[in-house]
Amino acid sequence: MARSESLLPVTSQHDPLSESSSNSIPETRRRKPTKVHLVVYSGFLLIALYITLIVTHTRPVSTKGANDEKTVASRARLAGVSEKSNEHIWKMSDDREGEAFAWNNTMLSWQRTAFHFQPEKNWMNDPDGPLFYKGWYHFFYQYNPNAAVWGDIVWGHAVSKDLIHWLHLPFAMVPDQWYDANGVWTGSATFLDDGSIVMLYTGSTDKFVQVQNLAYPEDPNDPLLLKWTKFSGNPVLEPPPGIGDKDFRDPTTAWKTSDGKWRITIGSKINRTGISLVYDTVDFKTYEKHDILLHQVPNTGMWECVDFYPVSKTKHHGLDTSVNGPDVRHIVKASMDDTRIDHYAIGTYYDSNGTWVPDNPSIDVGISTGLRYDYGKFYASKTFYDQHKGRRILWGWIGESDSEAADVQKGWSSLQAIPRTVVLDTKTKKNLIQWPVKEIESLRLRSKKFHKKIGPGTVVPVDVGPADQIDIEAEFKLKNEDLEVIFGDDSVEDDKDFSCETSGGATLRGALGPFGFSVLADQSLSEQTLVYFYVTKGKDSKLKTFFCTDTSKSTMANDVVKPVYGSFVPVLKGEKLTMRILVDHSIVEGFGQGGRTCITSRVYPTKAIYGATKLFLFNNATDATVTASFKVWQMNSAFIHPFSAVDDLVVPSST
Amino acid sequence: MVVVMMIMMVMAMVSEANMIEQTCKETPDFNLCVSLLDSDPRGSSADTSGLALILVDKIKGLATKTLKEINSLYKKRPELKQALDECSRRYNTILKADVPEAIEAISKGVPKFGEDGVIDAGVEAAVCEGEFKGKSPLTSLTKSMQKVSNVARAIVRMLL
Repeated sequence: MARSESLLPVTSQHDPLSESSSNSIPETRRRKPTKVHLVVYSGFLLIALYITLIVTHTRPVSTKGANDEKTVASRARLAGVSEKSNEHIWKMSDDREGEAFAWNNTMLSWQRTAFHFQPEKNWMNDPDGPLFYKGWYHFFYQYNPNAAVWGDIVWGHAVSKDLIHWLHLPFAMVPDQWYDANGVWTGSATFLDDGSIVMLYTGSTDKFVQVQNLAYPEDPNDPLLLKWTKFSGNPVLEPPPGIGDKDFRDPTTAWKTSDGKWRITIGSKINRTGISLVYDTVDFKTYEKHDILLHQVPNTGMWECVDFYPVSKTKHHGLDTSVNGPDVRHIVKASMDDTRIDHYAIGTYYDSNGTWVPDNPSIDVGISTGLRYDYGKFYASKTFYDQHKGRRILWGWIGESDSEAADVQKGWSSLQAIPRTVVLDTKTKKNLIQWPVKEIESLRLRSKKFHKKIGPGTVVPVDVGPADQIDIEAEFKLKNEDLEVIFGDDSVEDDKDFSCETSGGATLRGALGPFGFSVLADQSLSEQTLVYFYVTKGKDSKLKTFFCTDTSKSTMANDVVKPVYGSFVPVLKGEKLTMRILVDHSIVEGFGQGGRTCITSRVYPTKAIYGATKLFLFNNATDATVTASFKVWQMNSAFIHPFSAVDDLVVPSST
Repeated sequence: MVVVMMIMMVMAMVSEANMIEQTCKETPDFNLCVSLLDSDPRGSSADTSGLALILVDKIKGLATKTLKEINSLYKKRPELKQALDECSRRYNTILKADVPEAIEAISKGVPKFGEDGVIDAGVEAAVCEGEFKGKSPLTSLTKSMQKVSNVARAIVRMLL
């Protein structure tokens, strides 16, 4: 379409990227008509058009200005769903503006973990198709063979006898077909009735369309499942009418319906509503799409990595994905593309029409105040049923919180959380409980037991020797007298508005908190990461407890995101306050009250590294004296390495 | 008739210009956004993804320009070597990691990794600026990168 310069607003000609802002003034020029009648007619027309141009080129009333540090309100917030607060906001630390900082290799190499799954180098993201088969746990993952940032995605592969000691294998799948030429993306495994495995995964086609593909082991007799065959009839599913070509990914493990068919669900979105599509199949090659969705929640955006599974109401073991019945509740989980948060909800599944209804719609899947597996850095998670030990196990992708330059310099990016068992909390019935798999205890070396009473406003060093690979289990008690004082004191108000994220961290002192541990700290506490409880007086003078992690002072580095994470944690009558912390170099996993509230953080100290890493116990409350009973183990490395012939002969000492 | 064609042309231009303006209204720097997109021949027919990719291209161009300036400063201001080294590292990250990541992610419909890339471009520029402890010879360029990064991230957010 030819442009008519005379009718366009003319912007000033200088470089748009220069400092001074460009003022554009719309200009129009009138054309000289050739006939008198047309002059008047065209004149009116042009005036009308001129007015239209003025109206459409009006500058917006509110500009966010040139403030580099503010983010634009996302549509999530505008729609009433609160935006994930600080994760996306990177701010040059106020006190460090103008301070030069550079990472060196000593600092960076310390960041690699000793016992968390990570490839030898480069970028990793979503867990894929986890399963147990012929004596081995298998883990697949999104991997970039070429860089320490996302891209060129293939399926990495590793095996383990115990979910802890991993052995790297060759890539399971690479983009070698037109239907996955632009990426072999996330997928899930299903065991068929005869024990054979089918894998469904998303491919990004040569035309950038997201489709679902079927693959299966080339040799079922190979316990290592080294090679995978892609079904010749792929793709088995393409985006249906009404669904965007790029809004169709991450198929789940299938479950059996009462008709004996297999059923899967796939997340997507329609405008701003997050949805989960349902398909039935008999052979995983052809599918019937349901007209009704499994579930949908407005204003939550795209649902990635949907997961759907049963949990027992009464028992503490896991259930196969196909189990259903009166003892069972069903979990729907989705990863919210908008906020990078994994949310789940507990509800009822109706097999007859493939729908699911949450117990509590006000905390439905994706609602910002709803439940999360983890209140820190934890995304794209996926569970699988471990038929070997009768557990449901959760994998979660833990990305970096540092700059990409640091990732490129150190040559890698991202970890997986320690696999966690997942069960329904049979006491509260309103949340799940997660706990690191028991096998991690095989890494425990020598331990030290402590019993310390610390008054308000105290920090005490905890001498454990090296403190960058440790496992802490702790119990805290508040003195009854202190509690009664708080309860009885009407001048101590209900803390209606406390939240870890907005509290500013552990420097905010309350009568009954914060207290907990300072990990990855240096001797002078110039760098420290605080994992703690904050007990407040809630409604009806009942206690309300929060479990938080404060990374705001975790490092002197100025190119790292340092949020305060956390959430309310249910504490039932008669329960002591308990927390567990796994510290493994640049990752801290905290578990409050036996895994009712979990927080994973990425931490990048510059000084509190190697022999300089210390552990402290602190009580920053103003009134309460806290008694802490705890045990700290040194943790061995898991020695994750490439598989070699020798590894096939090793029998694990613990099963 | 000439008048009808004229009207149609104007309406088409108004709606094309509208797409850019409607998009830019949702970013923190309307003027910068409009001038970056208007000045690019692809801007007039791009959808939101396309506009995001144009911004990524501007980031790439600005990073290249800044690296040239950094290289020329080694001779002119040898006392700044350490800071220039760090800036070089940061801006090479923008060019070699952030930009390719953003292009791939936006093109393939997983915009969150595109957001990571464009946000990081701003981070790297700010870190480079900080290396000079308030006496930077690159302020105009690093500030530009932060501004362009903010506009780009706002547009990528619209894809989520």
